[in-house]
Amino acid sequence: MVYFDNAATTQPLPCAAAAAVNAIENFGNPSSLHKLGLNASQIVSAARKSVAASLGVSENEIFFTSGATEADNTAVFGAAYSLGKRKKRIVTTTVEHPAIAEPMKVLESEGYEIVRISPRDGTFAAEDIISAVDDNTCLVSCMLCNNETGDILPIGRAFRQIKKRFPRVLTHCDMVQGYLKLPFKAKDLGADMISISGHKVHALKGIGALYIRKGVHIRGLVYGGGQERGFRSGTESVPLIAAFGAAVDKLYKNMDSRSTYVRSLSDYLRERIEQTEGLHLNSRADGSPYVNSIYVDGLRSEIMLHFLEEREIYVSSGSACSKGKKSSVLSEYGVPDRAADSTLRISFCAENTTAQIDELIDALKAAQSTLLSVK
Amino acid sequence: MKEIILCKYGEIALKGLNKSSFESTLVKNVKRRLRRFGKFDYWRSQSTLYISPLEDSIDMDEVLEAVGKIFGIVKMYKALEVDKTMEAILGDTLDYLADALEDAQTFKVEAKRADKKFPHKSPEICAELGHVILEKFPHLSVDVHEPDVTVFVEIREKHAFVNAMKFDGAGGLPIGTSGRGMLLLSGGIDSPVAGYMLAKRGMQIQAIHFEAPPYTSERARLKVEKLAEEISEYCGDIAFHCVPFTDIQVAIRDNCPEELFTIIMRRLMMEIAQRICERENCSCLITGESLGQVASQTMGAIVCTDAACRMPVFRPCIGMDKSEIVEIARKIDTFDTSILPYEDCCTVFTPKHPRTRPVLQDVIDGQNQFDFEPMIAEAVENTKFKLIRCGERTVNL
Repeated sequence: MVYFDNAATTQPLPCAAAAAVNAIENFGNPSSLHKLGLNASQIVSAARKSVAASLGVSENEIFFTSGATEADNTAVFGAAYSLGKRKKRIVTTTVEHPAIAEPMKVLESEGYEIVRISPRDGTFAAEDIISAVDDNTCLVSCMLCNNETGDILPIGRAFRQIKKRFPRVLTHCDMVQGYLKLPFKAKDLGADMISISGHKVHALKGIGALYIRKGVHIRGLVYGGGQERGFRSGTESVPLIAAFGAAVDKLYKNMDSRSTYVRSLSDYLRERIEQTEGLHLNSRADGSPYVNSIYVDGLRSEIMLHFLEEREIYVSSGSACSKGKKSSVLSEYGVPDRAADSTLRISFCAENTTAQIDELIDALKAAQSTLLSVK
Repeated sequence: MKEIILCKYGEIALKGLNKSSFESTLVKNVKRRLRRFGKFDYWRSQSTLYISPLEDSIDMDEVLEAVGKIFGIVKMYKALEVDKTMEAILGDTLDYLADALEDAQTFKVEAKRADKKFPHKSPEICAELGHVILEKFPHLSVDVHEPDVTVFVEIREKHAFVNAMKFDGAGGLPIGTSGRGMLLLSGGIDSPVAGYMLAKRGMQIQAIHFEAPPYTSERARLKVEKLAEEISEYCGDIAFHCVPFTDIQVAIRDNCPEELFTIIMRRLMMEIAQRICERENCSCLITGESLGQVASQTMGAIVCTDAACRMPVFRPCIGMDKSEIVEIARKIDTFDTSILPYEDCCTVFTPKHPRTRPVLQDVIDGQNQFDFEPMIAEAVENTKFKLIRCGERTVNL
């Protein structure tokens, strides 16, 4: 099997699975005052420390959520409802994941002014984001790394300048595709809030976290028993949290070497694509090596995807989240409609190999000769 | 570009003939605290300690944060190490200080030559650097009296240093220059603050905690260990002593007048703490008491407690309101841990109506109704010890 859909989800690490099983066996409720509760609460606390260390923040600044979608929703609605009584302007981009884009639409219908910045020539200029912010702005929310093209946004520069000029504007970064992949910590991003996801970093689905910088107070979305220091109620999913912590621990230690290796994979893929007739790149060379957008002349993505699937090569068309819908993100990045129709997303992890890339290229060539001749 | 940190000591500079011993203690402390980040070169000159990283991988922002928690340093500067040529000074400075200068309205340049062989004199350096800064950042104007940013150039033997980014240090005196004290750490908001305040004046802190299992839980003890870990960021390594106190509390309940429970309990705690102090060469006790905050902290109660003490008891929070204490607790990041809701030994067997104006003789008589001595000796004997290392966070709670 060749799994090139790591931006959609990743294979859980054995240590993550083992941590989850251990936590299932230590089944206490972390809020219980007895020994079983303490054991569970210690598992949660250790995982929280691992996640905090990976972002270079304090453990008190990490709040576990059911995933990055909840983290994103919490950040956006939390900021808007906490600061937005007088300040109705929110700055974001046109290429956000739906977990940001949809909450923005809801806020728009509630009377908020949503300013969406577009990329220029295939990438973003920090100045465009900075200049959209004014005194009336409550929140700036931008992703770090685009999930369809791998484009890296100039978040650090933009957010730091914004915080200097408007210290009270909250900054949020959806870091899902950059977390443990790109060498950024919270302070590099200048973000007040950061969303991350477990299943994109070889942990399990159903767990994510929101970092909220000390001193930033926003309203939570979920009320109840007061877990997560009163910010996000609901009994902690100890097994998922444990798996998240274990995966983060393992990946964080050799993040740099993994990234260097994936960069070499991406360079190799780009080289092979450029050498092969009829194959083209959408992604820029300076984007994330983990997400590579390509297209095949004249062959629609979905047909191609199923052709590859026959050969046990798993890729995604555009982004898995849009489930086959035509991607507005690609057109925002200046990818022409015809190319967008034929776009495949090849997303790597450090377990992939160049031999697998060769296999993919061979399969793409085979598809060209069989499918194009049918046409 | 290589960044270094300059630390100014402030008060130590006034210590006359003892200055060098304060200085060397401070340097020793800094070295110990920064060991976990990697290797550094250190040198001192004119009440300034220079910290220069020897490894590229060292994150100087993290180092700055750690140095900012070391007592004895009042101000810190981040500086750029540049080649000792006018071109390098003029060129690199602009990039390095771009952020600081962009935000400022006014600036001035100061220069100092430790190396008098450098071909340009200080006023020349100032004039030239000022000129290029004005060219690059036309929105700035020069103000030599109250500038927003002071760009400081220092020419030393091997390199030149340029700095403009100034940060507050932790203040105080280096840990280890003011003796050793034993902090009674309960798990509340006040006692960590008390420990922090005496550490700030150079005291080496040890901590003592009384636990009463099964009435107090493991969580309560872990919470206190966590607090000790948190203040160790400022106080350095902390020797942590945990005293089994259940038997004594039960004996108090069974043998002493109810309204005096708390006072007698505190006197016995003081006694045990003093015995451990004597063993550990600590010369004082430190508590988080604030006058009149609770029944055991009224003037009368403190008189009765102090009567059981043969060494000084420092209460740095004595004149502070709760809100002032909370403010410091938030600053040193102990507040969130302090408010975790676990029972501690002080709240086990609390009397319904504690005496707020106890008479010393009544308390002594009450205490003498039972011979606590064997129990005190046993508690001291069975006290558990743990070394809390500065910067390590091992407690999961």
